Amino acid sequence: METASKMGQVTTSLTPAKKIDWIERLFHGLFFISAMVGVISVITIGWFVFYEGLPAFKEAGLLNFIFGREWLPPALYGISSMIVASLISTVGAVLIGVPIAIMTAVFLAEIAPKWMANIVRPAVELLAGIPSVVYGFFGLIVIVPAIEAVFDIPAGNTLLAGIIVLAIMILPTVITISETSIRALTPTYKAGALALGASHIYTIFNVLLPAAKSGIYTGIALGIARAIGETMAIIMVMGNAPAMPGSLLEPARSLTANIAMEMAYATGIHASSLYSTGIVLLAFIILLNAGLLYLNRQRGHA
Amino acid sequence: MNKLEVNNLNLFYGENHALKDISLPIPAKQVTALIGPSGCGKSTLLRTLNRMNDLVEGVKIEGDVMFEGENIYADIDVKQLRMRVGMVFQKPNPFPMSIYDNVAFGLKAQGEKDKELISEVVEESLRSAALWDEVKERLHTPAMGLSGGQQQRLCIARAIAMKPEVILMDEPTSALDPIATHKIEELMDELRKKFTIVIVTHSMNQAKRISDKTAFFWMGELVEHADTDTLFQHPVDSRTQGYVSGEFG
Repeated sequence: METASKMGQVTTSLTPAKKIDWIERLFHGLFFISAMVGVISVITIGWFVFYEGLPAFKEAGLLNFIFGREWLPPALYGISSMIVASLISTVGAVLIGVPIAIMTAVFLAEIAPKWMANIVRPAVELLAGIPSVVYGFFGLIVIVPAIEAVFDIPAGNTLLAGIIVLAIMILPTVITISETSIRALTPTYKAGALALGASHIYTIFNVLLPAAKSGIYTGIALGIARAIGETMAIIMVMGNAPAMPGSLLEPARSLTANIAMEMAYATGIHASSLYSTGIVLLAFIILLNAGLLYLNRQRGHA
Repeated sequence: MNKLEVNNLNLFYGENHALKDISLPIPAKQVTALIGPSGCGKSTLLRTLNRMNDLVEGVKIEGDVMFEGENIYADIDVKQLRMRVGMVFQKPNPFPMSIYDNVAFGLKAQGEKDKELISEVVEESLRSAALWDEVKERLHTPAMGLSGGQQQRLCIARAIAMKPEVILMDEPTSALDPIATHKIEELMDELRKKFTIVIVTHSMNQAKRISDKTAFFWMGELVEHADTDTLFQHPVDSRTQGYVSGEFG
């Protein structure tokens, strides 16, 4: 070294590796622990819900619990009416909300002039930040009376009110993710299609939307998860009667509402049955994610 | 007979005067090469010929471009123009769908429903693009699975399927290796018999190999245009001379 510097040369000598690089280790550990927080939470939640919920399954019988139509704790624990209410409100919300959301996303990404997109987009993002209890208010003040007026029924707190409120609630999720995935496409797709003489609309429906499919599916799945898990707004507008709804204009109680409304006073098997309701809810979410994975894998092969 | 005629064309991107008073005749069934250093305006000019510049915000165009005697900047149906003046891009850009659907895309976009006719056109176009033998066994597999050179020939087939009169090519081989480039150049030698071709290229050797006419651009100006041999051997302007002799650019 000394001779080298005396001669004015620049030398870089390679030092032997440190036995243990503590900084490296520290950060690896930090990243690992962070990753574990989520995994451990999921396992813990799953474990406790099952631990608390199994006694009710045993008491009522799994099939009776899921397919039973009567909910009369502590005698009868049948949640089929709530499964139906949750599924119908979610499916209805998706049928109404998703087309509106996708068209909004196309509008923002492809059609709106910049200044207009700059007004609509923050409005949509604001929608995402509104607490669900405020959606509930909105439902009570606007949707419920509107349903009473339009259908001439005494109480507008119905499945339909739940569907409409949920449809609005899932908009921002589906819009934001769909718009992002349309914008993420390479502009050469659009240029290629237009250069062949295709119209802008044809290009949107036949090139851009199919190419952005996996992102849009993800947005829809997150929207469904939000709809099926929504509690507060649903309790406020859907009427909550624990009976099988005969039409969209009857009140209904969702799985989530069932848990939230009775948890405060339930004891024993009754309390356990609310955890069981949670298990059913979890099962739906898991099915949803599995479905999404399957769809996106299909696409990978296409 | 000139297929296209650019007359006193000025193009502005906002304040930037990108094309300055360009006048250029483009003869039918010949290959016209546009050459010049990056940013000289050659790609911009190419994109005025099928009005792809319409997609760029803040573009202003003065002057006119005559196609078969009609001004394409008058009130015309741009979709029809683009069917008759096809385009192949710098980077191969097949759509994320099957090989077959890529070639059939333009016809379907025009509302063509006759499946037999579509199949015929797909085969014919893939043959014209010298791709048929390589893909006939896997027409319904994703186009993204093809090599870069094959993808570019697919894009040519896709353009040919519209039975255009002119094909614009924007540095079609710049993303390809020499072998794939050679195949495309061979293909162009076939295509010139049926189509009027305008090609933007960075490679002066490519321009020499494939073009009949060459136009040299410099900072938004058309410096000179002539028969390719003349332009390369006896350039009139000193800037052309400097460029084609490799002194700069």
